[in-house]
Amino acid sequence: MSDAKETIEVEITVNGKSVRREVEPRLLLVEFIRENLQLTGTHVGCDTSYCGACTIILNGEAIKSCTLLAVQADGGEVLTVEGLEQDGQLHPLQQAFSECHGLQCGYCTPGMLMSSLALLAENPDPSVKDIRKRLAGNVCRCTGYQNIIKSVQSAAKALQEG
Amino acid sequence: MYPQPFRYHRPNSVKDAITLLTELGEGAKPLAGGQSLIPILKMRMDEPSDLVDITRIPGLNSISTDNDLIRIGALCTHAQVAMSEAALTIPVLRDCAGGIADPQVRSLGTIGGSVSVADPSSDWPALLFVLDAKIVCQGPEGSRTVGIRDFIVDSYTTCLGDAELVTEIQIPQPPANSGGAYIGFKKAAPAYPAASVAIQLTLDDAGKCKEISLALGSAGPKPIISADAEAILKGNKLTEELLKQAAEKLVAESSPPSDARGSAEFKQEILRSLFLKTAATAINRAGGSNIDGTHDYV
Repeated sequence: MSDAKETIEVEITVNGKSVRREVEPRLLLVEFIRENLQLTGTHVGCDTSYCGACTIILNGEAIKSCTLLAVQADGGEVLTVEGLEQDGQLHPLQQAFSECHGLQCGYCTPGMLMSSLALLAENPDPSVKDIRKRLAGNVCRCTGYQNIIKSVQSAAKALQEG
Repeated sequence: MYPQPFRYHRPNSVKDAITLLTELGEGAKPLAGGQSLIPILKMRMDEPSDLVDITRIPGLNSISTDNDLIRIGALCTHAQVAMSEAALTIPVLRDCAGGIADPQVRSLGTIGGSVSVADPSSDWPALLFVLDAKIVCQGPEGSRTVGIRDFIVDSYTTCLGDAELVTEIQIPQPPANSGGAYIGFKKAAPAYPAASVAIQLTLDDAGKCKEISLALGSAGPKPIISADAEAILKGNKLTEELLKQAAEKLVAESSPPSDARGSAEFKQEILRSLFLKTAATAINRAGGSNIDGTHDYV
């Protein structure tokens, strides 16, 4: 048999701060973020990799944190919704979602924000089709998506205007 | 949802991974992107004693092309394949890779993992059937190359032996005047397709069908093929009437399960029209048309 330990130490940079924790290998990244680090802005929705509420950025890419083990993210850089606000100032995406009514109940919003952030990093001036394609893995049951798309367009404009 | 407890290992070479898997025995499973395996573990459909994470092994995540072959490392993500140079020249690769689930899943899920799981609803198998792909496997006995049609044995079953891993997927370069298309039908991006069709064909100078390969996905325990359907089309001008006849043969061979994605009858109806739509794109591409993607799931 192997000499694998029951727990493993992981070191992950979360929102710019390096954290070290002993974790069980079966711990999901979303639970690591929510339970171990108390960053409860990242939500668990369907818990089956469908709804996208748990979307975070790992090493620059949007991923569903309910379908990744914390040990798989060892050594990586994680950005959660808590990392968007800087010095008390909402991120332009958060500002735009607020102004354009891009949310109602808000449950899907952290995931929507993180997927939108990944989109704008890659494509600063996305078309409606680009936005719809990029948010296809994020489900919203309130808004009908129209205002979410408007929010992303508005944020893109704000970011471009600096 | 939590999986059952397991031990976790992270080898740095294929050799070490095979040694570990051999030592740990049949309770051990390799882990790549995890986009199939982790849901399986969370639903407790499998309870491995050990996971051997192969994602940090160097050398398995590049795509190279030469005159004969496209070689895709087993750890290439779907997103990576969709945006590759190879997908520019063979757009059917982008149809398939760029249409799997959603952007988040495509960033993690790997082509090697997908074929190893051999989920009958997954996208890669039907496409790899028509592209005549070969799967390079490495195990305790060394390396071997197996055609995809022999590699996928049944639903969730491959010919992989104990401690054997997929290391590369090889796709022959299609000859001139070839075109292909892949379309999956699904209700929303993150869902598995209710039905899918893969077609690869080559036209001759007169515009007749020189070679054709067809496969249906999500339509049985493994991709459905039909020599009868291909025989109807080969050597002929691909008229709508002939394509409809071939579709009937192909659909007759299918056995889609009735489930949450639709009844068997509904899926067969979808397969018929999906076949004609996919064929039209493949024919246009073989004729030189630049058709970017076949479908958007939004």
